[in-house]
Amino acid sequence: MLELTGIAKRFGGVQALAGIDYAVSAGRVHSVIGPNGAGKTTLFNVITGVYRPSEGTVKLHGEVVSGRSPDQLARRGVARTFQNLQICHHMNALENVMVGAHLRLSQRLLPALLHLPGLRRADGGCREEAMELMRFVGVHEYALRLAEALPYGVLKRLEIARALALKPRLLFLDEPAAGLNPTEKGAMRELIRSIAQSGVTVVLVEHDMKLVMGVSDHVLVLDYGRKLAEGTAEEVRANPAVIAAYLGAGAAGATLQ
Amino acid sequence: MTSRWKALLALATLLILLPWLMPNTYVLDVVNRIGINAIAVIGLNLVMGYAGQVSLGHAGFFGLGAYASAILTSRYGWPPLAAMGAGMVGTGLLAFVVARPILRLKGHYLAMATLGLGIIVSIVITNESAWTGGPDGMPVDALRVAGLAPAGEFQWYWIIAACLWLAAWFAGNLVDSPVGRALRALHGSEAAAQSVGVDVARYKARVFTISAVFASFAGSLFAHYVGFITPQVASFLHSIELVTMVVVGGMASVHGSVFGAALLTALPQLLAEFEGWEMVVFGALLILVMVLLPRGLVPTLVRRLRHA
Repeated sequence: MLELTGIAKRFGGVQALAGIDYAVSAGRVHSVIGPNGAGKTTLFNVITGVYRPSEGTVKLHGEVVSGRSPDQLARRGVARTFQNLQICHHMNALENVMVGAHLRLSQRLLPALLHLPGLRRADGGCREEAMELMRFVGVHEYALRLAEALPYGVLKRLEIARALALKPRLLFLDEPAAGLNPTEKGAMRELIRSIAQSGVTVVLVEHDMKLVMGVSDHVLVLDYGRKLAEGTAEEVRANPAVIAAYLGAGAAGATLQ
Repeated sequence: MTSRWKALLALATLLILLPWLMPNTYVLDVVNRIGINAIAVIGLNLVMGYAGQVSLGHAGFFGLGAYASAILTSRYGWPPLAAMGAGMVGTGLLAFVVARPILRLKGHYLAMATLGLGIIVSIVITNESAWTGGPDGMPVDALRVAGLAPAGEFQWYWIIAACLWLAAWFAGNLVDSPVGRALRALHGSEAAAQSVGVDVARYKARVFTISAVFASFAGSLFAHYVGFITPQVASFLHSIELVTMVVVGGMASVHGSVFGAALLTALPQLLAEFEGWEMVVFGALLILVMVLLPRGLVPTLVRRLRHA
């Protein structure tokens, strides 16, 4: 469903990505891994429209979308979370999730200014759905609390609920397990699995190998902005180049956990 | 009943009771000016408090409304309501056209750009004396609708009170709608808002336009009420007053806007006995409010009451 050809991204003299070919097929969990600075988040930002690639094209369902803005990609069913949380702190948790349903509600001004019943009904329905999503990700008890007062782990899940409120076909999770304790990580793995089972294609950037190996159908390994390897979790885990990149060249023969 | 309706009901009750408590027409005149300012401040708060964008040029829009009413009625014989409508449409169009390039800027740069916009409007009004009477100002026809014109502070009060209540209702509706939620979201995080499909540039332009229309309407009302306007209405100082009313009353609070307008319009009158020192006392009070109640008066008090 998503196809990248020859993607390169340069920031001034820094080559953040070079010659990336990558395909995401529907209904599976894909992971992008690599050492710090390998270009994982840059790749995410290129796909979700935050950056325009210096070279190459991104195709979504056969349509070239490179150069489109994030909101235009959202219209095409692409949702994401952020490595540095992007939460609206002065809104309550439920409203944060409801923002995710933005595109499915009327955006016309007159009904909004006059508080017309049709819009109120639609908004009420959206509130129910948002509540349901909060229950799904397991943070519904915080619904009416201001986001600024919520713990980090809850906010991470809240971002996922907001992204799901878009009813995406493709969901990008940028380091979903970063900063979580082992129990929370286990719960996050289950959550990612159930999202995938609900029919959403998931792509995640993650450092936690246990999580990556546990949920991924396909793994892409980046190093210095280039594709180092790709394949199933087992294939990647056994790949000597990957082991060298992670553990140093002398570690050939060791295995990734 | 939601808390929003309770607040609107409280505002309606206050507005109905208020004129009977006024000792004389001088005080009622101050109240009327408060009401007119409050309409502009409610609009400005949509931009500043809810969408999180600065505008230091809103008196420009206020002035455009005032002079549209003055010029179209006095020089071209338009009916006052048509002139008022034309002012709102014209000001809205101008705001919409300049919003896209201006609102791409952030923080200090946005403040500078809106400041520039306000100053340009003010200079044009001052210099085009053939139409505007220049620095000496110009008279404005009475607000005559279907042969009737309000006479005296008391009749004007009811017109202004009704408009103010409607402005508060419109603004509250907007904030409470999906559009308002998108605005508050882009204030919280533009990246998040964009990631769920909010066209950030379009939404900033929309809210800027709406608030310019509020300001233009308030300007028209002011012109007819006072009966004589000078370029002062569009001055930089007036822009700053409006911003201060938003901040003192409380960002992102419709009723705070009313309160801020009341305080900052009434205070200079109350301080008149300090003779020459009123601006000093005024400034000191503002500093105190900002240090002690940084969220603004109304949100801080609401918070205290909830926790008490």
